[in-house]
Amino acid sequence: MAELRTEEMLLNMGPQHPSTHGVIRFVVKTDGEVMSAAVPDIGYLHRSIEKIAEKATYNGFMPWTDRVDYLAAMNCNVAYAMAVEKLASIEITRRGEYLRVIAMEMNRIISHLLAVGSLGMDVGAYTPFIHALREREKVNDLIEELCGQRLTYNYARIGGVIYDMTPNWDKKVLDFLDQFEPLLNEFDRLLTDNKILRKRLGGVAVVTREDAINYNFVGPNLRGSGVKWDIRKDMPYSVYPELDFEVPVGTGEAGSFGVVGDCFDRYMVRIREMSESVKILRQCFERIPPGDHLVKVPKKIRPPAGDCYIRTESTRGDLGVYLVSDGSDKPYRLKFRTGSFSAMAIIEKISRGMMVADLIAFIASLDIVAPEIDR
Amino acid sequence: MQKLADLLIQKFAPLQQLPAEYVYLVVQVVFALLMLMIFVAPFAGILSWVERRIAARMMDRVGPNRVGPQGFFQWIADGIKSLLKEDIIPRAADPILFRLAPYLVFAGMFAAFVTIPFSSSLIVADMNVGIFYLIAVTSIVVVGILMAGWSSNNKYSLLGGMRSAAQIVSYEIPAGLAILVVVFLSGSLSIQDIIKAQGAYPWQWFLFDNPFMPVAFTTLFISSLAEGNRTPFDIPEAESELVSGYSTEYSGMRFVFFYFEEWANIYLIAAVGTALFLGGWQLPPAVKAWAVSTGGALGVILPHFLEFVTFFLKAAVIVFVVIWIRWTLPRIRVDQLMTLSWKYLTPFGFAASLGVAVWMVLFPNGVPLVHYVMCAGALATLLYFFYRVAYQVWYSRQPIHLNPFV
Repeated sequence: MAELRTEEMLLNMGPQHPSTHGVIRFVVKTDGEVMSAAVPDIGYLHRSIEKIAEKATYNGFMPWTDRVDYLAAMNCNVAYAMAVEKLASIEITRRGEYLRVIAMEMNRIISHLLAVGSLGMDVGAYTPFIHALREREKVNDLIEELCGQRLTYNYARIGGVIYDMTPNWDKKVLDFLDQFEPLLNEFDRLLTDNKILRKRLGGVAVVTREDAINYNFVGPNLRGSGVKWDIRKDMPYSVYPELDFEVPVGTGEAGSFGVVGDCFDRYMVRIREMSESVKILRQCFERIPPGDHLVKVPKKIRPPAGDCYIRTESTRGDLGVYLVSDGSDKPYRLKFRTGSFSAMAIIEKISRGMMVADLIAFIASLDIVAPEIDR
Repeated sequence: MQKLADLLIQKFAPLQQLPAEYVYLVVQVVFALLMLMIFVAPFAGILSWVERRIAARMMDRVGPNRVGPQGFFQWIADGIKSLLKEDIIPRAADPILFRLAPYLVFAGMFAAFVTIPFSSSLIVADMNVGIFYLIAVTSIVVVGILMAGWSSNNKYSLLGGMRSAAQIVSYEIPAGLAILVVVFLSGSLSIQDIIKAQGAYPWQWFLFDNPFMPVAFTTLFISSLAEGNRTPFDIPEAESELVSGYSTEYSGMRFVFFYFEEWANIYLIAAVGTALFLGGWQLPPAVKAWAVSTGGALGVILPHFLEFVTFFLKAAVIVFVVIWIRWTLPRIRVDQLMTLSWKYLTPFGFAASLGVAVWMVLFPNGVPLVHYVMCAGALATLLYFFYRVAYQVWYSRQPIHLNPFV
């Protein structure tokens, strides 16, 4: 019998696909199930945000920073505001700092809810996704009361935050937190203790500690591989030195087939970070001082010529802002360094020999958000 | 059907000139079509509405509630909409196979319904190889799915079709073994005989006949889920990986055919499970005697109606469990699915058949004590289950809308 000639299939997990989180393209070479290569192709969401910064004034650029990562918009706002404040040597009030941290941690909770929910949905569990969205709706209502927006907040300003809390807002948030923690347990039982999910995610796409550091992972991806590195603890900024919280690290806990650095670890790190954010929020509401929320800054800010680099711990990792000023009222160069972009580098290496279904689980566990990759 | 056909021949003189077999044939075909139109097609449609409502309540939403009372006519609206859609066929798709595939899938599924009993004599064709015919004819679905996957000229569809074919064919074996176990106990392949060999009360069902029967039931249930492409085995239709698998390029009514087959298959799974393990349409003798004693036309219809209600309620419980599983569990990967079938379910099936065969040799007349003990165990499990449900409802501390018709 003659040898059957087999060919490898070039599959395009194209820009339009129900489960690449955003508009990314993967060129997958597969023989049906097992891939021999999966090369990501990015750039479909490039909106030249950094170039636009060179034409927009410092104050006027704030809404654009929301769109850098619309799921962690508060973090991007605050990172940009911190960069400008450092260059222009503006000190903001304590109340402003606390309000920023409150907004960022609430954003972290809802971003992780969406990440975990869509990971479940990609693996086939449709129900926990809707439960996560239900919680997200409650927080969206709270944030809408705070700053008027549900997704792209435009909340931070250079010098603080634009709106103070409405009366009784803190009580509403604390009520939400009280009912959120048991629901987090319920959500956990539906997904985390599910044997099928553990088999789907355990031992899949293992990123070892060395690989994670070499390939520039940040945030929950890095912590999922066992590296205990969190900018809020290791290079603290804002009021984080005064707050007490743990940094969860992946420990290969998906039962007997779990390895440190697999998809399940990254998933568990996000679940735990949500509880830590709840702790931080409670402490913030206890400690927030009265006062002003915005300092007076000139309408046209002209920072002195120079550059600065700010690192913050956004929901997807290390969000870095590099700002170069030449003394005028528009930035000379603004660069965002985002966590999702860093996570794309390792996909090609890990995907060799993986199955197509595992590629989906891998991308979902990396919590890649396409606008962050392309800006 | 034989009796009804004889009745017709007596009543209508012209029919007596034809050979009897032709009359039987026509009567049978007419009844098959009637059954499809009156029961199966509306049931599959209503099941789509039921599934959407149940899924929505599990997800803390409401589900369709606009079209008719509680959204009940949603499936009619969906059916009409898909009939009115533009018939799009990809230019490079194989013209004959693309059009033929949905019909094959449809036919394979509905050909199995002729052997499903609704009551003790309401069955379209009580063949003496009933259950064997059922398993055989549902395999035509594989051919249809492969055709759909290949003729779409789309790599995703091809992947989906291949996966589905592998899945269905692999799970035929544990399903067949589980059914073999039941055939041991009843001594016949005919579904009506299998049901008649059981009784109305739980300890007379085949499920509690000996300790190996629950193993067989579980194997059959899981294998049927896999054959019907239901989550956790819905890889061929995995939306997040393959858009829609083998039915990606289909639109309008052709697309609906595939999902119609899936919903009708749910009832098939439930009906087979009920008939083989849960006592089918058997009524307690006292109830049946009372129903017959009402006399006249009612005395003829009422027992059959009650039997149908019994069968339907038991099947409805299984249908609910199938829907429930779909919206709770994630899906398993293709290699894990193959492992499950070949390394776990097939050995379980063999172990069950061996165990039941040995049991029947040792205890030719069954052991009533074992029946009662197993029933008690099942009841205890059921009570514990309801206790856990109550605990979860209390623990959630949310305002839960226990009324499903919000």
